[in-house]
Amino acid sequence: MAAVSSAGVDTPRISTLILQRRTLAIGLAVIATITLLAVLAPLIAPYAPNKLSIVNRLKPPSTTWFFGTDEFGRDVFSRTIYAGQLSLLVGAAATTLAAVVGITLGIVAGFFRKADGVVSRIIDAMMAFPDILLAIALVAALGPSLATVIIALGIVYAPRLARVVRASTLVIRELPYVEAARALGVPTWRIMTRHVLRNLVSPILVQATFIFAYAMLAEAGLSFLGVGVSPEVPTWGTMIASGRQYVGQADWVTIFPGLAIILTVLSLQLVGDGLRDLLDPRLRKDL
Amino acid sequence: MSRYVLQRLLGMLTVMFTVVTIVFIIVRVAPGDPAAVMLGPDATPADIEVLRVRLGLDQPLPIQYVYFLAQLARGDLGHSIFLDMPVASALLDRAEPTFFLTLFAILIASAIALPVGIMSAYRRGGLFDQSVTTLTVLAASIPSFWLGLILIQVFAVRLGWFPVAGYGGPDASFLTRMSHLVLPATALGVVSSALITRFTRASMLDVLNDDYVRTARSKGMGELRVVMKHAFKNALIPVLTVIGLTAALLVSGAVVTETVFSLPGVGNLVVSAVLRRDYPVIQGALLVIAAIYVLINFGIDMLYLMIDPRVRY
Repeated sequence: MAAVSSAGVDTPRISTLILQRRTLAIGLAVIATITLLAVLAPLIAPYAPNKLSIVNRLKPPSTTWFFGTDEFGRDVFSRTIYAGQLSLLVGAAATTLAAVVGITLGIVAGFFRKADGVVSRIIDAMMAFPDILLAIALVAALGPSLATVIIALGIVYAPRLARVVRASTLVIRELPYVEAARALGVPTWRIMTRHVLRNLVSPILVQATFIFAYAMLAEAGLSFLGVGVSPEVPTWGTMIASGRQYVGQADWVTIFPGLAIILTVLSLQLVGDGLRDLLDPRLRKDL
Repeated sequence: MSRYVLQRLLGMLTVMFTVVTIVFIIVRVAPGDPAAVMLGPDATPADIEVLRVRLGLDQPLPIQYVYFLAQLARGDLGHSIFLDMPVASALLDRAEPTFFLTLFAILIASAIALPVGIMSAYRRGGLFDQSVTTLTVLAASIPSFWLGLILIQVFAVRLGWFPVAGYGGPDASFLTRMSHLVLPATALGVVSSALITRFTRASMLDVLNDDYVRTARSKGMGELRVVMKHAFKNALIPVLTVIGLTAALLVSGAVVTETVFSLPGVGNLVVSAVLRRDYPVIQGALLVIAAIYVLINFGIDMLYLMIDPRVRY
C-alpha cells in the first residue's frame, strides 16, 4: 500500500519538473545562493563581522568595503552575510517548531471529533492576534533571547499549519482507502502517520515555505524593535535598527541588510508559489 | 437568518473567551515574579509584597483567573504601573495616530490594489498582468519598517516634503498631525496592497467568464460598465473580506511602523511596555486588538448578509 507513490509509477524526474517552472527554479537558486553565502561567511567575508575601525566609520560603498561601513567602522558586507546565518537559522527553526506543533494539533483535531472543538477554538483565537504583536507578547513573557524568539514565532505560526492540516485530514479520513485500512484493523496512530500524513506532504511543504518567509520578516521586525535578540548580535533586523540613526547620512547601513531580507523573503515566496503549482495543480494558480 | 446571526454571535463570544484565556496564560507564564520584574532590582521585599497583593498575585491561579474575568466584565483593563493610569485610558490616549494610520494605510492599499487587480485580471496573461504578479510578490517581501526608512530618507530628509518623525507636538493642528501620517501610511499601504491586489485579481478572474458577463456584453453594453457593474460587483465579497482582515492585521504593521516614525500610537505604547515589562499594558493592548479583529470578522460576516442576496441561512 505504501509503495504506490514511490515505485512503479512513470513520473518525470524531479529536476526536470523544477526546471520547467521558472519561478520555482529562480526562487530555489536565489535561496540556495543566500544560504551558501551565509554558511560560507567565514570564508567569504573580507573582514570579521565585529572588527571595529573607528577611523573608517560610515564610509560609503567602495572596492574596499563593498557595502560601506557602519557607525563603528565595521564592514557592512561582512556583517550582512554573517547576519544571514542567524536570520536563516531563526526562520528555519521557527518553521520547524511551527510544523511539529501545527501538524500534531491539526491531525489530532481532524481525527478526533472531541479534540476538534477545543483545538479549533484555540486555533481561531490564536489567529485573532496579529503575528508580530503575539510574538512580542510571548517574547516579553518568556524573556528576550534567541531561543525565545524561535519559540514565540513557532507558536505564532503553528495555527496556520494546524488549520491546513486539519482541513485536509477531515477530507482524507473519509476516503475509501482509509476506511479500508480501518477495516483491516490498522491502528489509528498508524493510519494517521502512514495513510493521512503522507498525503499531506504537499500542502504542508507549501505552507511551511510561506511560514519560513513570514517568520523571517517577523524576526527582522522583532529585532528592529529591540524586543528580540540582543542588539549586539548581528541579524538583518538589528543591523537596520542600529543604522536607523544614520538615515540620510549613511543610507547603505540600512539599505543592504534590507535588500537581503527582501531577496530572501521574495525567493521563499517564489519557491512557495512554484511548489504549490508543481505539487497540486488543482490548487488555484491565480492567487 | 436570525439563527445564523445568533450562531455567529455565539461563535464570536467563544473565540473572545479563548482569547482572554490565552492572554491570561501568556502574562502568567512569565518566568520570575512579575511584581519583582516590574519594580526592578532596587525594590525591597516589602515593596514587592505590596505590589503582589495589589495585583492579586498572592492568590492561587484559578482565583486570579476568576478575578481577571470579573475585572474584564466590568470593562476594567487594569492599571499601568509605570504610567500610573488605567490601561484603558492609556490606550485611548494613544488611539488617534494608530486609528488614522490604519485608516489611511487601508485607503492607500485599496486605491492601489482595486484598479490594478481589476486591470490585471482583465488583461490576464499580458505584460501588465505579469508585471503586477511579480510586483505583488515583491511588495509582500518588503519589511514595512525598512520601506518607512527609505521613504524618510527620500521624502523627508532629501526632498523635505514631509516631516521626518513624530506627531507634531501637543499643540499641533489636526492637519499638521495628519501630515505626519503620510509617509508611515504610505509605507504600510504599499506593503499591504500586495495581498488585496492578488485577491482582487483572482476574484475578478472567477467572475469575468461567467454567463451574466457574457450576456451583458452581448447586449452591447460598454466594457467599462460590464467590468465595473456586472463583474466587479460580484467579485467584491472576497475582496471586502481581505480588506477587512488586512485592516485588522495592519495593527501589527503599525506596531513597527509607529516605532520607525516615532508616532505616539498604541504600537509604540506596546513596545515601550514590553521594554519596561509593564504587563497590564501588554495584556490590555493584546485583548483590545484581538477583540477588534474578532469584531471586524463578525462585521464582515454580517456585511455579507446585507450585500449578497445569495447568502441566506
